[in-house]
Order: sequence, then structure tokens, then C-alpha cells
Amino acid sequence: MNPPNLLYAKTHEWTRVEESGGAKIATVGITAFAVEALTDLVFMELPKVGRQVKAGEAFGEIESVKAVSDLYAPVTGEVIEVNSGLPEKLETLNADPFGAGWVAKIRITDDSALSNLMNAAAYEKQCAEEAH
Amino acid sequence: MTSPLARTPLYDWHAAHGGRLVDFAGWEMPVQYTSIVAEHTATRTACGLFDVSHMARFRFTGPHARDYLEGLVTRRVADMRPGQIRYALVTNDQGGILDDVLVYCLPHRGPKSDTEHAAGDVDFAMVVNASNRAKIAAWIAHHIAGHNGVNFLDRTLETAMIAVQGPRAIEMAQPLVEHDLASMKYYTGARTKIAGHEALVSRTGYTGEDGVELVIQNGDAASVWEELIAAGATAAGLGARDTLRLEAAMPLYGHELSEQIDPIQAGLNFAVNLKDRQFPGRDALEKRLADPTTPRRVGLVLAGKRVPREGYALLRGSAQVGAVTSGTFSPTLEKPIAMGYVAPDCAQIATTLEVDIRGRTEPAQIVELPFYTRQTST
Repeated sequence: MNPPNLLYAKTHEWTRVEESGGAKIATVGITAFAVEALTDLVFMELPKVGRQVKAGEAFGEIESVKAVSDLYAPVTGEVIEVNSGLPEKLETLNADPFGAGWVAKIRITDDSALSNLMNAAAYEKQCAEEAH
Repeated sequence: MTSPLARTPLYDWHAAHGGRLVDFAGWEMPVQYTSIVAEHTATRTACGLFDVSHMARFRFTGPHARDYLEGLVTRRVADMRPGQIRYALVTNDQGGILDDVLVYCLPHRGPKSDTEHAAGDVDFAMVVNASNRAKIAAWIAHHIAGHNGVNFLDRTLETAMIAVQGPRAIEMAQPLVEHDLASMKYYTGARTKIAGHEALVSRTGYTGEDGVELVIQNGDAASVWEELIAAGATAAGLGARDTLRLEAAMPLYGHELSEQIDPIQAGLNFAVNLKDRQFPGRDALEKRLADPTTPRRVGLVLAGKRVPREGYALLRGSAQVGAVTSGTFSPTLEKPIAMGYVAPDCAQIATTLEVDIRGRTEPAQIVELPFYTRQTST
């Protein structure tokens, strides 16, 4: 199930936006649907802390036995923290993709891209279409 | 508008058991059911079950079938005895590979003594890659013109083919097959009965494991499959088939093999017999044999975790010396592995090259092929 309090990108990243000290911080991860589709994960590259990313830009990659996929930044801003233990424990993505499997936190500098993200119901519909 | 995909007699089973179905050479085939690694490991440690009904199955009958095939493929057919199976290439006039195939020499259907078989009363079968079925059928039709006494039949759609692979394959398949599997040598086949009907069994496969491949009637496919699942075999998709064959360094048409590649470059000299023979591309291959300048197929192992994929450049210093044709993360070795073609002066074992993985290079060492060899049971 896709948590209803998150926003979703077409490219299967989830985003949780929280206010912190006047800034908007986006916690970003990969959806359960995407993890399930990738299956046999072998490698992940996190973005670098401090990197400025634009919404829609590739900012990391995740590799399975079968193929490699880019991770796309769902928002525009600065990467302020990454889940540095994740690449060594990729099974966390299977176990808890919306929680302990978070990928990066981005301080949003331009929140206009947020309107391109979907709510859970819309994302659910996209997944259903992709699944067949 | 695209034409509808073909389905094997096991399609309903795949769809009902979580098979992720993809278009493979015009067939709707399962790439995986659960996980590629789980299906791969099941095949290496116990028994994997593969629907390979999409592979093309051709039959050659008639008194001149042997002569005809002798003049078609790179490997000698003239001396094949009933029950023997040989890996061979079909090459064009330039020696480029049109396909890699298995040629089966089979006792003629019906009761005959061994001496009569030895006298030449045999049929031939050929298993061809799904992606090349139409091309090879046309090539055969073209070359068969003028040959009397040979009949060519495409039996693909009338039969199903199931590969049972792994250290426990023989034990699991035996109860379904009339023929004694333990007595069969690798690369032999026999007419037999499976599910009470005429069938073909061969001790062959594309995984690097021991096992058998069964050619059965369409109507028996689901029950035979179910029985093997009940016996403990694990359904495995094309994803695991690819990682298994890559570990075993078996070339895949469209990747390691193409019309631009000849069998010598591909390291398939064992499947090329030139002496006293004529077949399309024979003279070209004789020249290629003496030519040390063409790129060679090599195997590569990487130390990191990033996986080289098809098309990635292989470099020495800043110069490109080749390219990857297949790559994966090897579930058995737990390392990235790849096959590719490199310039011959870079092809020595233990040479370290670099592979350009999406703009960043990683060292890759040339190793002996295959990456994986099964331990033969005593």
C-alpha cells in the first residue's frame, strides 16, 4: 500500500514534505512498487550531500541483476542528508521502502515542482496500469 | 499495429503463477516468477524448470536429410549416430553466424534394430533460437531447393519444450519419462514416451547444469509441468536462464553472436569442421582461422558492484578496444561478470581493461571462461 500522506513521482519516487525551521524538507525514497519491480537489487548509488538537484534530474542509481535504473529527484533543492547505510543493506528497501528505506533529504529551494507529483490514489492508478 | 504475441501451451500456468510476461522474440514469455536470484539458485542447487517452447523445432526426414544438413552447418553431420546431438552454427557465405543450433540425429520413428539404424535410417531434428526461426526456415528453404529426398518440417507450434535443469533434474524428471535417463550421456537424445505419448528427451540444456530437455505434445505440457513442480522443481523464467547461461559462458544470439561475428571470433572452433566439407561460409572461415586480427570473445570479472551492460565500451588507457555483449551480477560468484569482444592483443587472460559504466570507468579483468563450471557427480 502506498501511504496516503506522501507524494509520488511518475518515476516511482515518493516524497514526504515537512516544515523544519522555516524550510521545507523533502524526504525522498523509492516506492514499494518500484522495489518489487526491480526485485534482485545489487547496487545503489546515493547522491552526494550538498548537491543541488533539479526536479526530474537523475541524482542516483539503483541496479538489479536484470537492469539499472536512475533515481530522479522529485523536487528542486539541496541534498542535505543521505541514508548512507542503505547501499550496504539494500534489503531494507524490500522490508520498509517508505520508512527505514528512505534515500535522501532535500531542502526545497523551489517548490513549484511539487505540483507535478501525484497523490497516493493517482499513483495507485498508474501502478495498476503499468502492472498491466 | 503490432501482431499479437504467440503463447506457449504453458502460458496460462505462467500467468496464474506470477510470471512477469514480456515480449521475447514475438512470444509472451515469463522473465521471472519470484526473483531471478532465487530461480537461479534453485537451478544451481536443486532443479529449475524452464518453458522453452518458444525455441524453434525443425525436423528433417528422407533419405538425403543427412547429406543436406552436412552441407548446411559448420559441424560434421556425416558421422552422427542415432542419439547423438551436436552444437553447430549456421553461417552465411561470409562466415557470419546466422544462428547457433543443436542438430539431433534420431532413430527413424518405428521399430528398427540398431544395425538398421546404423545403416542410415535416421531422421534429424534441429533446435533453433526463437528470434531466428523465420530467418533460418527461409535459409533452409532456399538451400533445400534442388535437394531431392529431404523433407523439412517446422514442428514448433505442434510441440512444447521443457528444460529440467540442475543437480536434481534427472531424479525429478525420471518418473515421467519412459527412457532411462541415467544411462544417457550428455548431448544425447532419444525418442521415448512421456505422459504416455511419443516424445523426445535429450540430456542438454542452457544453464551449465546437468539436466534434460523434453519435447512433448502440446496437450501434455501443463500436466508434465505440474508434475515436475509437484516433484519439487522451481519454475524459472528467462531472467534466470540468462544469468545461468552467462555464468556458463554460453553465447546468446543477438548478443555474443550475430551475422557480423564468425564462429572463430566467438571461440566456437570446436563446432567448426572444415576438413573435406562444404557448407556456406566454409572458405571464408578457413581464411578467418588464419587471421589473427579480428576481435575475440572474452570473459570479464569486476571487483565492484556496478554491472557492465550490453554495449558498454571496453577501454585500455583512453582507447576503446572492444565492447560488452552481455553482463550481469552473477548470483553464484556474487560479482559483476560480462562477456564481450576485444582486440586480440587485449584478449590475454589476466589483462585488466576498463569498462565505461555510464561515464565512469571500472577495472575489469579478463578471466578464463566459463565463469562457472558445475561439479560433476561421481
